[in-house]
Amino acid sequence: MSFLTELFSNFWVSLVGKLLIVALMIPLVGMVIGFAEIKLSAKMQARMGPYFAGGRWGWAQLIADGVKFFQKEDLIPDQADRPVFKLAPVLVLVSTVGLLVVIPFGPDLIFRDLSVGIFYALAISSLSTVGVLMAGWSSGNKYSLMGGLRAAGQLIAYELPLVLAVIGSVMLAGTMSMSGIVEAQIAAGYPYVILQFLGFGIFMIAALAELSRIPFDMPIAESELVMGYLTEYSGFRFLFFFLAEFANMFSLSAIAVTLFLGGYWLPGIPESVLPYAGPVILLAKTFLLVFAMIWFRWTFPRFREDQLQSLAWRWLIPIALANILITGAFKVYL
Amino acid sequence: MTTKTTERRVLPGMGMVKGLWVTIYTMFRTIFRPGKYLATINYPVVKETPVARARGVIALDQEACTVCMLCARQCPDWCIYIEGHKEEKEPDKPGGRIKVRNTLDRFDIDYALCMYCGICVEVCPFDALFWSPEYEYSETQMGDMLHDMDRLQGWLATVPPDPELEK
Repeated sequence: MSFLTELFSNFWVSLVGKLLIVALMIPLVGMVIGFAEIKLSAKMQARMGPYFAGGRWGWAQLIADGVKFFQKEDLIPDQADRPVFKLAPVLVLVSTVGLLVVIPFGPDLIFRDLSVGIFYALAISSLSTVGVLMAGWSSGNKYSLMGGLRAAGQLIAYELPLVLAVIGSVMLAGTMSMSGIVEAQIAAGYPYVILQFLGFGIFMIAALAELSRIPFDMPIAESELVMGYLTEYSGFRFLFFFLAEFANMFSLSAIAVTLFLGGYWLPGIPESVLPYAGPVILLAKTFLLVFAMIWFRWTFPRFREDQLQSLAWRWLIPIALANILITGAFKVYL
Repeated sequence: MTTKTTERRVLPGMGMVKGLWVTIYTMFRTIFRPGKYLATINYPVVKETPVARARGVIALDQEACTVCMLCARQCPDWCIYIEGHKEEKEPDKPGGRIKVRNTLDRFDIDYALCMYCGICVEVCPFDALFWSPEYEYSETQMGDMLHDMDRLQGWLATVPPDPELEK
């Protein structure tokens, strides 16, 4: 054991180890959530879903899909801006990897405990918007461009409620560090969702919009824009976007769990078992939220573009601002 | 019976909650009692019996065909290929007239082109074409979708009997 501790205290060894874990986590989480999505959506529509791949329950369906994506031709349109076109999916995936860095999986189990953790997380999650806009712009296709612009407009509108919803939790905890927020919730003895239910609701709605998942999927609205900014992508570049969407679902849910639902902690669990039970608790809560996202997707129809904007500017942002005021009053007077 | 005015008094957003309930109710129902609530079947393992007059494949009765070409000419996709020749038949009595009979050499339907409109079946004046409910004849090569005379004759065995005439 001492040998291992010594080995991992070396900066470079631990860096490579952490990178490997993140690099393995993204496809794994993407596959688990992707499989949950295809299977649950089938059940919600009274269908069977994938059945034959892998012998039982179609468990190997997404592995087969991944292999299929790698076999496809890597097509780049003539009119495309080649370097930007190639860089865009990488940038989207990088922002996903970056998000995982600040999520505390247990009391000491965090890739990097930044003092501005949540600030960093929100900043890096908006990096994917740049990637999406780059993808739309560089494809040399008007549908892609419209999709990219819609994504940019949507993400500007929903970045604000997302940030404002987070502020309530940060004010209550008095810190921006992700593990600090969880520790503040443990010290307070209740998850912040009890006081910040407004903030939690707004965060989840805005997170759905950030992911451009179905009630908010105007950027890829297939009946209007073919596939939006994804139109010209095929093969493993498409796979990058695909993985990034599912991994982003996971990491945004994990951030919501950390900020509002007590992170790796459950009321009534002694602190001594948290190092071992923590990751399991966090994953359970996260997958609960991911399930809710899948559930919303297969229930609600798509918003119209003006409805989408008015929901953000006329409802979510004022409510989030009021929530900050109320939280401030609560913090000062109680 | 709810009128529009009572619906408006319901809390805003109740429609969304109702929708969420429908999806999750369907999900649990399908998971726990798939036999009863599954809307689809697990095709290659379980097979659905098509209805008796389903348009699966077109069968040919070579004996009835007179090579009149009506079906080939009416076909919107031009997917029927017919060739034939005249055969002379010896008269029944000496000195009688020589009979001429059309004989089928080739009758192919290209199911890669066919759009299953059934006009050929409707138009056939001698009841040589029939609908059969068989549907499992996919191929790995496009060319194999061209069914020749004998294969079309083979489908005849799968044609269901005619329904009772209406009185």
